[in-house]
Amino acid sequence: MPPDTAPAIPQTSHVTAPQRPGLFELFVAFAKMSLAGFGGVLVWARRAIVDQHCWMTPEEFNEAFALCHFLPGPNIVNLAVVFGGRFRGIPGSIAAFLGLIGPPVMIVTTLAAIYARYGEIPALQRTLAGVSCAAVGLFLAVTARMMVPLLKKRDPVALALLAAVFVAIGLLRLPLVPVLLTAIPLSIVLTFAMRWRAT
Amino acid sequence: MNPPTGTLLTLAWTFGLMSLLAIGGANSTIPEMHRVAVDVQRWLSDSQFADMFAISQLSPGPNVLIVTLIGYHVAGIAGALVATFAMCGPSAVFAYFVSNMLTRSRHSAWPAILQAALVPISIGLMCASGLILTLTSDRTWIAAVLTIGAAALALVTRLNPLWMLLMGGILGFAGVV
Repeated sequence: MPPDTAPAIPQTSHVTAPQRPGLFELFVAFAKMSLAGFGGVLVWARRAIVDQHCWMTPEEFNEAFALCHFLPGPNIVNLAVVFGGRFRGIPGSIAAFLGLIGPPVMIVTTLAAIYARYGEIPALQRTLAGVSCAAVGLFLAVTARMMVPLLKKRDPVALALLAAVFVAIGLLRLPLVPVLLTAIPLSIVLTFAMRWRAT
Repeated sequence: MNPPTGTLLTLAWTFGLMSLLAIGGANSTIPEMHRVAVDVQRWLSDSQFADMFAISQLSPGPNVLIVTLIGYHVAGIAGALVATFAMCGPSAVFAYFVSNMLTRSRHSAWPAILQAALVPISIGLMCASGLILTLTSDRTWIAAVLTIGAAALALVTRLNPLWMLLMGGILGFAGVV
């Protein structure tokens, strides 16, 4: 449609309701935030979805992210799928998923090929060892930040569960499947029992 | 390079299962990734695992892409694609259906209880990930000091993480670590 005819369309819906992104738009938006996201895409996702495109209100975004955080799997990938799906169904999910994952996978695969070829060079090994030390430090900082609210609550059951999972996986190096198959039902029962007693 | 189908199936099964076990995000499964890739399958050495963690943090995109690097190492480009889709696909399909279900039946108490029950488990897993990463990366005491320094800087300042990775890289290149 030539641009001149555009004003003929009633503009009310355009102004009041946020626009529904198209499939290509979803792909491009998620590719952009993914490529901007060094060390985490979430900040960029919020900026693009809430501030830039106004596709969601901050509350809607928080709600969608909380859901994606407690579902298994990479959070931001879940967010892309849930977001794309709410606007455009399964094709929307696929477009957002491919936008988020496609371009960085190409970059990372190229880096993997370079590493496979030159990974033995001492200078590169030293550099990566240094990067890895810093990256681990950042990871520990993120973990510490996540622990603060739980420590403040002083809920002995939650802290005992946290410690038990840490010991089983981190110290005893047990496989994840049996540990989770024990810990998740136990935690659900305990949480349920505590709420039931509290009411 | 034509990787044997068996290897690709192992990658698909390993990461496909991990996808559905990643409580609180992909970082929770780092101990399991390390256990399978280094200890059980012997695909990687400890230092290669640490290198791949470093590369995944240096690259743009979701942090889950460490599986792309492991997949490539094991079975080339096919391996990279299989590992990535196995790690992201099953949980994505699950998220799609749960999200649809929840928008239809709001105000149920179950999501809140499940969430409260899963938080301590996911943070316990993150702590275990932190330990495994520290053990694989910090093989000298100077390396441990660098890690602690980066963690402290990240906690007290709002410095862009990329700068800290860069500084780590420079110190490493200079032979300090």
